[in-house]
Amino acid sequence: MRKVAVVGVGQTKFSSAQEKTGVELFAEAAMDAINESNLKPGDVQALFVGNVLGDFSEGQGMVQAFITDNIGAFNIPANKYDGACASASMALRDAFMLVASGYYDIVLAGGTERAATMGTPLATRTFAMFSDSRYEYPCGITFPAVFALLAHLYARKYGIPLERLKEQMAAVSVQSYRHGRFNPKAHLHKEVTIDDVLSSFMVSTPIQLHDCCPFSDGAAAVILASEERANRLTDRPVYIVGAGQASSGPLSSQQDYLPRFRAREVSAKQAYDMAGLAPSDIDICELHDCFSIASLIAAEGLGFFDFGTSGQAWQKGQADIGGRLAVNPSGGLKSKGHPIGATGGGQVYEIVRQLRGEVEPERQVDGARIGMTDTLGGDGGTICNIILKRGW
Amino acid sequence: MDYKLTFKEYSQALKENRLLGLKCRQCTTITVPPRMVCRKCSSPELDIVGLSGQGTIETFTTAFVAAEGREDEAPYTIVMVALDEGPWLMGNLIGIEPEKVGMEIMGRRVKLGHQVFTGDKYSAGEAARPIFSLED
Ligand SMILES: [Zn+2]
Repeated sequence: MRKVAVVGVGQTKFSSAQEKTGVELFAEAAMDAINESNLKPGDVQALFVGNVLGDFSEGQGMVQAFITDNIGAFNIPANKYDGACASASMALRDAFMLVASGYYDIVLAGGTERAATMGTPLATRTFAMFSDSRYEYPCGITFPAVFALLAHLYARKYGIPLERLKEQMAAVSVQSYRHGRFNPKAHLHKEVTIDDVLSSFMVSTPIQLHDCCPFSDGAAAVILASEERANRLTDRPVYIVGAGQASSGPLSSQQDYLPRFRAREVSAKQAYDMAGLAPSDIDICELHDCFSIASLIAAEGLGFFDFGTSGQAWQKGQADIGGRLAVNPSGGLKSKGHPIGATGGGQVYEIVRQLRGEVEPERQVDGARIGMTDTLGGDGGTICNIILKRGW
Repeated sequence: MDYKLTFKEYSQALKENRLLGLKCRQCTTITVPPRMVCRKCSSPELDIVGLSGQGTIETFTTAFVAAEGREDEAPYTIVMVALDEGPWLMGNLIGIEPEKVGMEIMGRRVKLGHQVFTGDKYSAGEAARPIFSLED
């Protein structure tokens, strides 16, 4: 396998409903990534793009083909990925493997989505399509309800009184909002207190409005290059040193592991093993905080904190900048936003810019050398992890 | 290879309050919802069996925000039940006040009934769903 580097990244602002098409959004992010790489669109040999709900949000399927033409990467092969919220990370992982294998030297990967454009009722309906349509959706399962089921399981399994767990969950949201305020590309710029979280609208017990990420529009794009090409394009390559991906069945089929996700633990182990790294080596992690409880579950599944203890870690600042590691200095899905097909691309965008020391000083993790992404699709049906390392 | 117990057959039986599952000839594990192979050992040698429909609530939530087209159903309570035969099954809990139900119901015994979700334009038809109620 060859070494593979990120040589350029781009991201639109993640936002509420807006009027650019999914193709237009991705084209903007892609051109930023291509320009930053000192390349031309014609240098891109293949496109890998996450886009999940374009059919529902704008009546547009097969965006990948139209994107190639739109940005002037004429006639290159283009693949679209649907792994629900993990789609862009799947696209990035495949792009990475095909450059590592020697098949391509320069590829473009990322994702685009107009989740906010759908509005809450249709977005709630379509997000529920990532649960089992025949055995679970008839019960009225929604995405918040999945994580609400896990929150109650988590409280019981680890013996944490629900009231205390809710305060821990609120601490996660407060931290994410605090970082997102300083991210100009974040969807929500709000100052939120523990009391604000605990007094917000009840969505699905025990999950309240400020425990939930928003539905967002947006796109993110990444240029990957072989080591040889990367060395000619930039003096600051960020190498992908580990990647993993795993699958699981419907929520009930995961009964032996819940509230843990087996797919995450399999995927993360692949990534750590490939990188020859351990959780203690990670300086910064953009993890999948679609709901506050999801952050606690993710941080434990990735090995950062012991099972049942990550809520305390958040409350003590151990998951904050300056703590044991910095989790979601971008604001995470909670504040930065969640345009599902683009989310994994946005995570890599953040890690690369953090490792280069380019983000706003209020949320820069000083001296970060190794970063990780964690992206979860559906009820843990698809989980991807990517580990990135500074190449200078 | 033919699919042993399709959703349609499972749903038809549930409409008669009969909960069908699959019993593995190799390891005796019960699998429900049905699938192609045993959930434990992946053997495709399975027999259709009737299940008791009794079990214990493992977790729950009361949803206040429903998907498009189902707004009138909210609030409603979703439960994951560990059936006495082993597998977990998602269903709804009735006979309680959804707004008031709390963690005290975790561990409570339930018995099975059913309702029919009539389906929407995305769902390829109707679906019977498990409806649980507290045993005592
Ligand atoms: Zn078996």
